[in-house]
Amino acid sequence: MPDAPGLELIRGEIEAAYPGAVVDSGFAQERAVLSIDPAHLLDVLRWLRGRPGHEYKFLSSLHAADYLPAEPRFAVHYELLNRDRVERIRVKALLADPGEGALPELDSCVELFPTAEFQEREAFDFFGIVFRGHPDLTRILLPEDYVGWPQRRDFPVGGEPVTFTYNERNYG
Amino acid sequence: MRERQLRARDMLRGDLEGEDLERYVEERVVMTSFEKMLGWARSNSIFPLTFGLACCAIEAPISIVTARYDLARFGAEALRASPRQADLIILSGRVSIKMAPVVRRLYDQMLEPKWAISMGACSSSGGMFANYAVVQGADKFMPIDVHIPGCPPRPEAVLYGFNKLQRKIEGNPDQGWRARYGAEGTEEWARGGPRSEPSAASSEAYELARELIRA
Repeated sequence: MPDAPGLELIRGEIEAAYPGAVVDSGFAQERAVLSIDPAHLLDVLRWLRGRPGHEYKFLSSLHAADYLPAEPRFAVHYELLNRDRVERIRVKALLADPGEGALPELDSCVELFPTAEFQEREAFDFFGIVFRGHPDLTRILLPEDYVGWPQRRDFPVGGEPVTFTYNERNYG
Repeated sequence: MRERQLRARDMLRGDLEGEDLERYVEERVVMTSFEKMLGWARSNSIFPLTFGLACCAIEAPISIVTARYDLARFGAEALRASPRQADLIILSGRVSIKMAPVVRRLYDQMLEPKWAISMGACSSSGGMFANYAVVQGADKFMPIDVHIPGCPPRPEAVLYGFNKLQRKIEGNPDQGWRARYGAEGTEEWARGGPRSEPSAASSEAYELARELIRA
């Protein structure tokens, strides 16, 4: 993991190459995080992947998150890994909710990291985030005819209420 | 004991006669109805389906095949790998909405008479998975004969539930599940679905067999 000055150097270099790409940088859960503008997602990932001296060539995880009261609402996290130095960095693409009915859109990084194919499908499956240019963006875990994006925070939890005496006594 | 054996030998020789013979037969013959005998035989030779859904599927074989608990004592050790050969399905684990049609299809493929045990809290009520992905109780989509509580149930509980099922089979000779649950009229064809018609060849064979019996 790059230390704080190292992270700021990376941020400075990316901003020099792509002005306005990096929104924020810092450390969260002991991991260096670059928050970026989704318009520059592929630029930043390609830069981190190919730039000599950095070469984060392995995408160890791609996942989405919903920070509902916050704005922008969604974020897609890319956990990058350099396996020579065993260094990790997290790229966080902040996505605004486009509003009623429309789905947030983002460029697919399958061409850079083939391992992202299934993980992008999973993010689409649960959060309804559309990855532009994905070869086969369909549901991967939920049934094909499922309606809704169940991991979003405004999705009803579902299930059935069960009346436990404990709950009745304390919350009923 | 020795005396009894000697008397049995006497009877085989034809030496046992009159009152002795009456007593001997009374001691050894049990009268019952055919339905009761059939129920007894059925309840003691159940073929469960080799089938597992979630973590209870780790627990179920422990209750069924390990030496300590051993469902073979009740005649259910022969696990079948095909629903066509099985007559008991043990739902061991949560049923997700994606799996529910598959489970229902397996149950429909089993031949009557057939039974179903819902093992554990998840398949009985959804358990702790009160969410979008899990069916809240397997009896939403198929008939269940015995619900076994627990997370997971103790092997003793599984055996007790199985014994309950055996008692149910013995005492309830009306074996079809639609009859057991008053579900006549819910068949697919009764609700306007396709009805399976016998083929021409099979009806010819049927008529031929009827004629042979009459002749």
